[in-house]
Amino acid sequence: MSPLPSSLLSDTALIFGRYARQTLSSKFQVLFGVLMPLLFLFFFGPLLTDLPLDPKTDSWQILVPGLLLQLALLGASFAGFSLLIEKQTGVLERMRVTPVSRPALLLGRVLRDAALFVFQAVLLVLAALVMGLRAPLGGVLVGFAFVGVLAAALASLSYALAMNVSTPQEFGPVINALTMPAMLLSGLVLPMTLAPGWLDLLSHLVPLRFLVDAVRAGYVGDYASAAMLYGVLTAAALAALSLTVGARVFRGADA
Amino acid sequence: MAIISTAGLARSFSTKRGTVDAVRGIDLTVRAGEILGLLGPNGAGKTTTLRMLTTLLAPTGGAATVAGFDLVREPARVRRRIGYVAQAGGVDPQLSVREELITQARLYRLTKAEAALRAEELAHDLDLSDLLDRACVTLSGGQRRRLDIAMGLTHHPEVLFLDEPTTGLDPGSRAGLWDLVRRVRDEHGTTVVLTTHYLDEADELSDRLVVVDRGVVAAEGTPAALKSEYGGSPGASLQDTFLAITGRAPAPDDAIPVAV
Ligand SMILES: Nc1ncnc2c1ncn2[C@@H]1O[C@H](COP(=O)(O)OP(=O)(O)OP(=O)(O)O)[C@@H](O)[C@H]1O
Ligand SMILES: [Mg+2]
Repeated sequence: MSPLPSSLLSDTALIFGRYARQTLSSKFQVLFGVLMPLLFLFFFGPLLTDLPLDPKTDSWQILVPGLLLQLALLGASFAGFSLLIEKQTGVLERMRVTPVSRPALLLGRVLRDAALFVFQAVLLVLAALVMGLRAPLGGVLVGFAFVGVLAAALASLSYALAMNVSTPQEFGPVINALTMPAMLLSGLVLPMTLAPGWLDLLSHLVPLRFLVDAVRAGYVGDYASAAMLYGVLTAAALAALSLTVGARVFRGADA
Repeated sequence: MAIISTAGLARSFSTKRGTVDAVRGIDLTVRAGEILGLLGPNGAGKTTTLRMLTTLLAPTGGAATVAGFDLVREPARVRRRIGYVAQAGGVDPQLSVREELITQARLYRLTKAEAALRAEELAHDLDLSDLLDRACVTLSGGQRRRLDIAMGLTHHPEVLFLDEPTTGLDPGSRAGLWDLVRRVRDEHGTTVVLTTHYLDEADELSDRLVVVDRGVVAAEGTPAALKSEYGGSPGASLQDTFLAITGRAPAPDDAIPVAV
């Protein structure tokens, strides 16, 4: 017996509210998340200013999209840690024993994560503007949308993994082993157009590659490009798949 | 009328080192309004049984109805009618008592206003009123356990499951909890299923005892009946009765520590 669909919305709002309040009460966590991309911006960005990465593009327009998605990748992939803690404190079971909608337990958390990382992305872009970034508003907004969707997808997978392991020791290494190659192979830091053929080819196996290419296209106003189309399709597919997997795991009686 | 009935309820876990038969087949009937004590050595399968009866864990065998609904087919209906207080509780240490009580009421679909009211009411009933705005982490063990129970009582459940509600409490707090459990049953007719390792508690509080050992029911009856049947006489101690049934002491933790 699944609960009424209307309860999915109100339960999601309830769970979102709980975790959003928790996040807001730890300002440190919110700010700390932007620290790493900010370091890249300050100490790595200037190195690129005079490099001929792409003749038509300013290097900030290449670097910032990469940093935005890196923020979502490294942040949202570890979202499951908080769930592991809630398994240990018994909070998760206590909620699962109530009639609350199971998918809402996932969606409420995932929406909080998406909101958090979009907020951090805004801070990052503001800092980048000060450093010298110039990009069309439309492209910047597209970038935020990609951050939100990617964060939601990865957080969902991360929670699904956390449901299936019992200790941080099982969880951390898996996430590290997946995020590092994803970061290197997708050309987040430097565009794959600089890469030799084999590396460029390999990078097309990583979905993130299409997302970062799309945001970079957005940052130069190339909205009608193939890169944008592929990026949107990949992001949509990734989100649909991840949320389906997550919802299935949360619905399972045993998890 | 039976408010809980199980037939051959079983659960096994597959682990890297093979299959663990945590619960091998529990047949249980609980009458409405009864206080039932589940006893059994560590690892007997008490918590696993409760987790099945509260829909947290899917049985791998057998069937059960709880509060009138089939556990497997209608878990959502069961959930609305039961409360569960886990062995380890289940509040977020950083959040305030009020926030947790209100969230819990909202999870049971009370409106915001109703939830705020219910939180005050529960705090009053469980003597938590002065603690409402404290973070849960700052509560003493006894206060924490009262909060855990308040969370389980939020929606006036028909059946309340308590897993080792008094472990770690001082004698005064334990006696307070016993009164509370009796009061809940007397005032609301709530059925209570609780596990414990304290034999005096089982004796004092339960209308009926079920002794679980190695995943099956080893004995059941009123404390007096069990003492006559297994302990040799109605005056036998529950300790001796328990030993006769399981061949073991209730829990290693209860043993007098060996000096080192
Ligand atoms: N998730 C699990 N995976 C593997 N084995 C498990 C799992 N949960 C419980 N068990 C095993 O099932 C058996 C019963 O455990 P359970 O927690 O139900 O015992 P218990 O009677 O509550 O014990 P205690 O008095 O110590 O709380 C134990 O052997 C335990 O190791
Ligand atoms: Mg137990």
